[in-house]
Amino acid sequence: MAISTVVLQAEMAAATPMSYWRTVGWRLARDPTTLVAAGVLALIVLSALLAPWLAPYDPAAGSIRLRLASVGSPEHVLGTDEQGRDMLSRLLWGGRMTLVAGLTPVLVAFVLGSGLGVLAGYLGGLTNTLIMRTMDIFYAFPAVLLAIAVSGALGPGLANTVIALSIVFVPRVVRVAESATVQVQGLEYIAAARASGAGVAAIVRHHLLANVLGPILVFSSTQVSLSIILAAGLSFLGLGVTPPAAEWGLMLNTLRQSIYVNALVPALPGLAIFVTSMAFNLLSDGLRDAMDIRG
Amino acid sequence: MTPPLLEVQGLRKHFPLRGGVLQRTQAWVRAVDGVSFAVAPGETLGVVGESGCGKSTLARLLLRLIEPDAGLVKFRGEDVLAASPARMKRLRRDMQLVFQDPYASLNPRLTIEDTVAFSLRVHGTPRGEAAERARALLGRVGLDPRLHGRRYAHELSGGQRQRVNIARALVLDPKLLVLDEPVSALDKSVQAQVLNLLQGLKAERALTYVFISHDLNVIEYVSDRVLVMYLGEVVETGTAEALAQSPKHPYTQALFASAPSMDPEHRMERLPIAGDPPNPIDPPSGCRFRTRCSFAMARCAEAPPQPVPVSPTQAVACYLYDAEPASVA
Repeated sequence: MAISTVVLQAEMAAATPMSYWRTVGWRLARDPTTLVAAGVLALIVLSALLAPWLAPYDPAAGSIRLRLASVGSPEHVLGTDEQGRDMLSRLLWGGRMTLVAGLTPVLVAFVLGSGLGVLAGYLGGLTNTLIMRTMDIFYAFPAVLLAIAVSGALGPGLANTVIALSIVFVPRVVRVAESATVQVQGLEYIAAARASGAGVAAIVRHHLLANVLGPILVFSSTQVSLSIILAAGLSFLGLGVTPPAAEWGLMLNTLRQSIYVNALVPALPGLAIFVTSMAFNLLSDGLRDAMDIRG
Repeated sequence: MTPPLLEVQGLRKHFPLRGGVLQRTQAWVRAVDGVSFAVAPGETLGVVGESGCGKSTLARLLLRLIEPDAGLVKFRGEDVLAASPARMKRLRRDMQLVFQDPYASLNPRLTIEDTVAFSLRVHGTPRGEAAERARALLGRVGLDPRLHGRRYAHELSGGQRQRVNIARALVLDPKLLVLDEPVSALDKSVQAQVLNLLQGLKAERALTYVFISHDLNVIEYVSDRVLVMYLGEVVETGTAEALAQSPKHPYTQALFASAPSMDPEHRMERLPIAGDPPNPIDPPSGCRFRTRCSFAMARCAEAPPQPVPVSPTQAVACYLYDAEPASVA
């Protein structure tokens, strides 16, 4: 008993305490599911980034003679689509579009939503009412409907898809940021900082943001997979990326009728969307668990 | 007589209770309602009362963390409530607060050392010096700066956190320390250690304490003078001995009677007061204690009793001790 106490104390003294984010990183690296998800995502992102070098063919160049070649054809590993374009090349190039259209809105929402939400939560009163009620107006529409409405009004195109999806996700992040801010602000350490004479900037920087950004980050990461599906969905409906550019949702749409001729090829873009959004989901689950360090 | 370090007159804070679609004010919570007292330099003033009687609101009012609706707070003769933001920042170095909840009162993302050093940094102390002074003070409050300084709050026990809380309040070298239930969340054995630490620090640093607690044993142990609060009002004041020997207000009597006695001969047979305190949203007219008081008279409902001195060291707000002889005693 006495010995174990001594050992424990020695261990405590020896272990250099890690900062919060280092602890989170360490915990993430020890979770196998997260590691697999992160590995898959790294592959997808890398292949999208390197598409111009990796793609064996021009994604826009088709050949009427080689329409709907099966997966495993000697010249086209993943077959060809209904216009005879190489599927592997189109999937690689399409990933770029889908990832940009899916990730950018969440990034915009994280930055803008955190700012607005913390502002609303910290200032309270009329500012809070104005910001939050405006967000509620957007929040009142179902996500898909809002995205379709805004895209429809703005017209197709990658930039408009990003704008439309940002409008969908900003209010969600603002809500989370505001409630986290209000909750943290009621805690005594904020009162203690005020009692020490600290100004607004110092309190927000050292005490508020550090405790609010974590929950906002976790929430935002859960929205990535939804954003990717919505981005692909808009393209599928013809409201997103315009042909002939390759995009997973768009590819799914144009290959739709070919499903009776060659079932495997039309399934490929859907599979890509599924794997990507699943990987993002698993990663955000892991992040949430890893960040849940409280004693 | 030396001038008081802290003087409070007619302090009042009512919180609006909003409701309905338009968020109109439906009622007022009378958290602190006309509290006056003075604290001499070097004194410990104990503030005691049930939960919900406005003790914590009082603590925050004294530090100007919330603005009172009416009343006066004077620190060394200076009107705190009229201080400019710059002056207030300077004043905050002299008056500090120790919080009740050892969990919510420490930022989980700051190390212990940074928590204590933060106040110094706010007042412009260079980083290195602030860290050094923080470590020195952590050592004084009974923590090992090398072992605990770089740790986070969740890695410490409740008692250790409360020591950090105390160090944070003391690092600016304040004259006045307001302690809001500083030991209520701790185990009995840890309570004693922290209380002794507070007594030692007070002597060392010539501090003045306003010590808020619901625990009469703790209040009796630390206080020179005691102020008894009931539903936002002061019902009795007196030296700790006077109150312990002969509590005058029926509420104070009940409080002392309900404190568990160490002497089996003096264990109480019946509950001195029954029920919960009335809702501070709509307190009883006149004397607020009359609904639970076994001596209540018709007069008690008419107007609130004013404090009357019953001895040089004791004053009580109760009609039983009013100049006019009471009919029932």
